[in-house]
Amino acid sequence: MEKIGVFICHCGSNIKATVDADAVIKEIRGITGVAFAAQYPYMCAKAGQSLIEAAIRDNSLDGIVVAACSPRMHEATFRKVAESAGLNPYMVEIANIREHCSWIHRDGGEATVKAVELTRAAIAKVRLNAPLFPEENSVVKRALVIGGGIAGIQAALDIAEAGFEVDLVETTPSIGGKMAQLDKTFPTLDCSACILTPKMVDCASHDKINILTYSQIEKIEGFVGNFTATIRKKARSVCMEKCTGCGDCWNKCPVKKIPDEFNTGLSNRTAIYIPFAQALPLVPAIDREHCIKFKTGKCGLCQTVCQPGAIDFELQDEFATEKYGAIVVATGFEVIELGKFGEFGYDNPDVITSMEFERITHGAGPTGGELVRLSDGRKPKSITFIQCVGSRDITERGKPYCSKICCMYTAKHSILIKDKYPDIDVNIFYIDMRTPGKAYDEFYRRSEEDFGVRYIKGQVGRVMDMGDHLAISGVDLLDNVKLELKTDMVILATAIQPATGIKPLASMLSASIDTNNFMTEAHAKLRPVESPTAGVFLAGAAQGPKDIPETVGQAGAAAAKVIGLLAKDILLSNPCTATVDINSCNGCSLCGLVCPYGAISYGPTKVDEFGYKTLERISHVNQALCLGCGACVVACPSGAMNLLGYTNLQLQAEVDALCLMNSDR
Amino acid sequence: MLNYEYQLEEILDISGVDIGRCMKCGRCSASCPSYDEMEHRPHQFITYLARGDVAALLESDALWQCLACFSCVQRCPRDVKPANLIEAVRLAAIRPKGAEFLTVEEVEAKFAPDMPQQLLVAAFRKYMR
Amino acid sequence: MNFDYYPGCTLKTKAAGLEAGARRAARALGFELCEIADWQCCGAVYPLGKDAHAEKLPSIRALKAAENAARPLVTLCSACHHVLKRVNDDAAKNKDFRDTIARYDEDLAYGGGATVLHYLEVLRDFVGFEELSRRVVKPLTGRKIGAYYGCMLLRPSVVMAFDDPENPTIIEDFIRALGGEAVNYPLRAECCGGYISLSNEAKANELSRKILADAARLDAEFLITACPLCAYNIRKQNQLPIYYFTEILEEALDVKL
Repeated sequence: MEKIGVFICHCGSNIKATVDADAVIKEIRGITGVAFAAQYPYMCAKAGQSLIEAAIRDNSLDGIVVAACSPRMHEATFRKVAESAGLNPYMVEIANIREHCSWIHRDGGEATVKAVELTRAAIAKVRLNAPLFPEENSVVKRALVIGGGIAGIQAALDIAEAGFEVDLVETTPSIGGKMAQLDKTFPTLDCSACILTPKMVDCASHDKINILTYSQIEKIEGFVGNFTATIRKKARSVCMEKCTGCGDCWNKCPVKKIPDEFNTGLSNRTAIYIPFAQALPLVPAIDREHCIKFKTGKCGLCQTVCQPGAIDFELQDEFATEKYGAIVVATGFEVIELGKFGEFGYDNPDVITSMEFERITHGAGPTGGELVRLSDGRKPKSITFIQCVGSRDITERGKPYCSKICCMYTAKHSILIKDKYPDIDVNIFYIDMRTPGKAYDEFYRRSEEDFGVRYIKGQVGRVMDMGDHLAISGVDLLDNVKLELKTDMVILATAIQPATGIKPLASMLSASIDTNNFMTEAHAKLRPVESPTAGVFLAGAAQGPKDIPETVGQAGAAAAKVIGLLAKDILLSNPCTATVDINSCNGCSLCGLVCPYGAISYGPTKVDEFGYKTLERISHVNQALCLGCGACVVACPSGAMNLLGYTNLQLQAEVDALCLMNSDR
Repeated sequence: MLNYEYQLEEILDISGVDIGRCMKCGRCSASCPSYDEMEHRPHQFITYLARGDVAALLESDALWQCLACFSCVQRCPRDVKPANLIEAVRLAAIRPKGAEFLTVEEVEAKFAPDMPQQLLVAAFRKYMR
Repeated sequence: MNFDYYPGCTLKTKAAGLEAGARRAARALGFELCEIADWQCCGAVYPLGKDAHAEKLPSIRALKAAENAARPLVTLCSACHHVLKRVNDDAAKNKDFRDTIARYDEDLAYGGGATVLHYLEVLRDFVGFEELSRRVVKPLTGRKIGAYYGCMLLRPSVVMAFDDPENPTIIEDFIRALGGEAVNYPLRAECCGGYISLSNEAKANELSRKILADAARLDAEFLITACPLCAYNIRKQNQLPIYYFTEILEEALDVKL
């Protein structure tokens, strides 16, 4: 006969204030199999753990139920306690009487009844638990970093410095990301390229870092310590080994009217191109969609002028398959489309986004760093900034979150303008100035106090094209007056969102994204750089809006987590995986169809049915790939599939226990 | 001292607006063509109601200056619908007291032969019980 | 294809021109406006109060009639269009509203099944502006025309779903289809003052003049509108002429009496 121990935690007053622990103990003492019951203010504390450990030893318990908080919090803790007392850790069940009970009930009577029900269900389950044993898996000592912006660059450098191989994958022809497009950085106004390019060069010259530009992830399989990624290396049409980056090809290319992505479409580039002068690798790519050679078969001028003979129109996309122990997602952000914000008149060339302004004010930008209106090339006399365009907007056209970086970069933009052109009037319509961060508020204040930028608490209703100027209809909430302003240029602090492609990537990784498509962290406060999927880590704006210092900090943290993982030789797998009852399986294939991890295959298996031996097509679960999601269990029409630790019988026993309670009432 | 609690509740209910969502950005006022006519600006309808000051609004001429052009509703990033709120205060003024902003006699006095029926019907609906 | 048609109070008298032109043009373009029987005035303004039910019954009756006839319900007046579309939206999305309406009269039980269209939408989506342009007999070549949208057709766009609420193009496309030149002035969707012209005429005049000045700045010869009240407020300023869009339509199709 089994001997089960039940331990009721008070969680200080979190549980005790609502649930009558004495009453729960009294109720469950009478349940078949319960050999021991105790309560304690904090079961997770050292003393609570000792209490459990002693109880297991002293009473030779063969299963325990801890009625406490969510298993997400302390299941691992109590499993360790069981293990140290000599009990298989999978003989532990948690009854969640905090999140599922005390926190959501006001009525102590009802909560106590529910606590008893939940505990009784857990007892019913633990009686059917069986010892489980994790498998050992080796760890591939190589990391994959997805995204070649500052987040990916920093993570790759830190992992490589610890001695591990890193593949850094970037979809565009160069690493550098958004930071490469910026002019200056807040709050110190260092030139963005001056601090970024050394890091890019470090990356390129590091013998442990393998940069794969113009590449994208096609497929990711496997699990923590043993991922397998297929990477598509898009045909660059230029041989990386032969090219010297001399520039003859892009200087001669006759297709010159392609909107230049790096300059946010404000200038044009050629069909064979490097995104920017400091591009790394300094090897151009041919944009086959626009190249005449690829469209009509004629031209080939670049090949003619290329002295090293690096141009190769025959190159095809290549696929590389590599194994990794850990993955860092650093795919970054993009600005939202403004098509639905007609009132701001974005179709007017003098109404631009802040990212476009970065390029206009940049020395290597479309205007050579000269601040002019794009409509007529005239120097503006007045510039107006509008904050929160699309941010903090719960309607279908915006994003409900604060984009976080806009207040600071707008303060930066205003200083850059005023520093060079003190005679330009600068007005900023803001809702709230949000400048937490070291030396941030001081920076913002300087723009007003030292540079004379005018901050207007209020918003703009409409920007109108009046021919030679723009008319702004806005409101100053502090003065409670309407402002009808004439201005020459409007800069919209446009909301940012995760980069396109994050959704398919997240699904390849079986990692979750939130309602705004940002990658979800395993715990908002305590595990901010880990995704809930083991072995997948997060860096930069893919996880949420972030500025450069924060991104670099997070990238370093993600790298530390990766290093910690890759430093291990062996990982223990979760033994709660699916298993097939070969006598019930009829090989229908439904389980394989629903398995998100490709863990199920089919093959002839020897089946012994009451002495009648046959070879049948039976489902087979690869324990190393199975993550225990249970989809196959639900799909299986014959009940042959079971999840270890959560077998059909165990779940049924839980339900029976709950229903019994209800029929008793 | 009149108790406006009931009216406040009524106003919030019939407006169908959750004033708690307002983040005080002012885009409603910035968009309002009648702003200068309104003693209390569109965004202030929300702040006044949030602190329960119904009396100030009920007695204000601002109530009758809203054009129901829906620019504020269109542009509000928080889906607060200021025009609906102003209408609810209007109704709270008209309904219990039978207070009419314009009387039939006044309308008659202002009548011009080329006025479209639409204008008269709208005025009756907006200004009278 | 024929359509159910809701005229509204003003179209039988002060804005008779808006209707007459529409009917003649419809015939020329191969469709008929079938006026629904016993229609009642929509009330001219949409009742915003959540508890307004009785005020919406006339609209419900019209919508129900169109649903029974299984034909889209076409309107010409911006205000009628606004009220009918929003009441239709209430009926489709708000169960409490539907239930209350059904309690007035079982025969009025209505689930928002009708489609409300503005005549301009019929031209755009059923006739097509390209086809319309082919049917033009007397094109408005060289005429610089300002579309005046006003408020009611466009806002709130979540319900009206008529056109881009800030930078609409449907009337400009219409003008171009008739061979005219559309003057794209920024204030074309600003409020003319609407019903405030009764109580605060000075304000309505100020707003109307602002709109007119903006259109004149870009050399518009005249404005066109779908709203009798806009037409009234703008016309009063004696600056630029304003016509109903159907008046230039019948002229271009050469079906004017």
